Amino acid sequence: MDLSSLVTVFDSALRLSIPLLAACLAGLWSERSGVVDIGLEGKMLVAAFAAAAAAYAFGSAWIGLIAGIGASVVFGLIHGFASISQRGNQIVSGVAINMLAAGLTAIVGNAWYAQGGRTPPLEGVQRFGDALFGHSALVYIVLLAVPLTWFVLGRTRFGLRLRAVGENPAAVDTAGISVTGLRYTAVIIGGVLCGIGGTYLSVGQSAGFLPNMTAGKGFIALAALIFAKWRAWPALGACFLFGLLDAIAIRLQGISLPGIGEVPVQAIQALPYLMTVILLAGVIGKAIPPRAAGVPYVKER
Amino acid sequence: MSAPLDLPKWADTILVPAISVVAAFLVAGLVVLGIGENPFSATRYLIQGSLGTGEGLGFTLFYMTDFIFVGLAVAVAYHAGLFNIGGEGQATLAGLGIALVLNNLTFLPGFLLIPLGILGAAAFGAAWAAVPGYLQAKRGSHIVITTIMFNWLASVLIVYLLVNVLREPQSMNPETHAFPEQSYIPFMHEVFAVFGIEIPASQLNLTLVLALAASYFVWLLIYRSRLGYAIRVVGSNPAAAVYAGISPARITIIAMVLSGALAGGLAVNELMGYQHRLLLEFTSGYGFVGIAVALMGRAHPVGIILASLLFGILYQGGAELAFEQPAITRDMVVVIGGIIILFAGALDGLFRRAVAHVLTRQKLARA
Repeated sequence: MDLSSLVTVFDSALRLSIPLLAACLAGLWSERSGVVDIGLEGKMLVAAFAAAAAAYAFGSAWIGLIAGIGASVVFGLIHGFASISQRGNQIVSGVAINMLAAGLTAIVGNAWYAQGGRTPPLEGVQRFGDALFGHSALVYIVLLAVPLTWFVLGRTRFGLRLRAVGENPAAVDTAGISVTGLRYTAVIIGGVLCGIGGTYLSVGQSAGFLPNMTAGKGFIALAALIFAKWRAWPALGACFLFGLLDAIAIRLQGISLPGIGEVPVQAIQALPYLMTVILLAGVIGKAIPPRAAGVPYVKER
Repeated sequence: MSAPLDLPKWADTILVPAISVVAAFLVAGLVVLGIGENPFSATRYLIQGSLGTGEGLGFTLFYMTDFIFVGLAVAVAYHAGLFNIGGEGQATLAGLGIALVLNNLTFLPGFLLIPLGILGAAAFGAAWAAVPGYLQAKRGSHIVITTIMFNWLASVLIVYLLVNVLREPQSMNPETHAFPEQSYIPFMHEVFAVFGIEIPASQLNLTLVLALAASYFVWLLIYRSRLGYAIRVVGSNPAAAVYAGISPARITIIAMVLSGALAGGLAVNELMGYQHRLLLEFTSGYGFVGIAVALMGRAHPVGIILASLLFGILYQGGAELAFEQPAITRDMVVVIGGIIILFAGALDGLFRRAVAHVLTRQKLARA
């Protein structure tokens, strides 16, 4: 491989890792506060739809972004209401969010545009064009979220409290700080990040919404989150690694490698899932989630 | 879990699920209104299409068969305190098991081949569930995450196998050679025709009987057997189970194996009963519907059969409805499923508390 094709692969890896990174950081915020979120996929999907629909209707990519974030936050709040206020099962709620998102986007898209669930193609200012080095503004916003997440979670009082709520909510409660408030804040931040990720899919990377366009990215992001052991910088690394695998898989399609022959694309596609399972099995290192993740907080205990 | 509320049994098993379903339909009705369609005519087409004709009823029961299996699969794991959301992957692998058995043992007669195919489905489904079960039991990796990963691994694996290995050389479609004819599970209309009774032709086949038998078996297992008792003890209190001499690790693996084998029933109904070949995406997301079915049916076989019938009506009626009112596509069923999961699963406490509140007030008023 020569230098120019190396740059191309790197470039497409960055592109492919951005939605993963946005969702992964969303999951990081949520789970660090003790709310398990397997609805990342669904939130990105509604955001992608709302963003494309709004960008088309108002002729502005930025209005699309606002709509995408709004839709994702609403879904995040449904999850928050079920898991924080109602102390419901967070996994069940996440599954419901994913199904709702898949069904609603398809139905509403079909009813509004009658193009088999797609939105009309976006062009010009309806999309995020290249801002710098051939990448759109959203790419830099998501990349910026990494140091921001690291700093706020690791270096501020708010971040300390938020992490404490994910480890030992009773201690935070005793200190007179609202567990509910902190967890809702985390869920909303997660909603905003998923919103940006979804918007990037439909208004940045592609020109419009396609049914089920997230295609499992929310779950790869979940895998990346485990891989990164719930930390911001490693999340960047894990998402870039999975993006790179994706880019290599696309690049290697139909190419025969010397000595190995043709590598099946599926073998590379399976790697993120396989690596996560192996990591979770504790064969290489150990991934330990926040201690209170998935456990609803009951005050009177 | 929320604080236990003392509800009479009838309220707990019938009223609360019923309220969740009604609430789900109200929200679905609002969605239909929101896209500018008439929810009342939609409901009429839905009922008419699923129960109004003999053919429609046949299709409804065909889908019901699918949902009973995946619902039971989720329920058995649920009793052990495990959340198996890997039904999709387990059913996919079960399909692979069926194809391997049927297309390699073509020389066998039907009465041997059909049971072997079913066993193949159960074994492959069970194996695909056993690995996450083992990892949860012995290595402490979270079952939800591993079953999600195993769903994706299954879908990648089946694409690879169908495109590169199992596909017929001349065929362009990623699907296997058709199964040998003696391995087809007879259609219900064929069975009835033997007895001289004519019923409308549909996809409904004898797998329905297997599904009902599986429901009875699961009832016996969970509520009437020593193993079922152990499963329920581990599910409600793993620490107490250890004191009672029950190994939670062992029960975890056993429950997942049973769960995966039951999920394999979906592949039996779809492939041996109807498609007669292995093809991509035959599970159609039904594995997730199984979660809704199990939650709505309170993880009890009778509840699961009723919930499966409801979803059968929704799927068959939804197909007919999409024909009459094209704006309401079949995705509506996914939406309803999602809302039911939300209401009957995650927001369950909301209705329980409301019911408990009303009941106490009545009691106080009487006293």
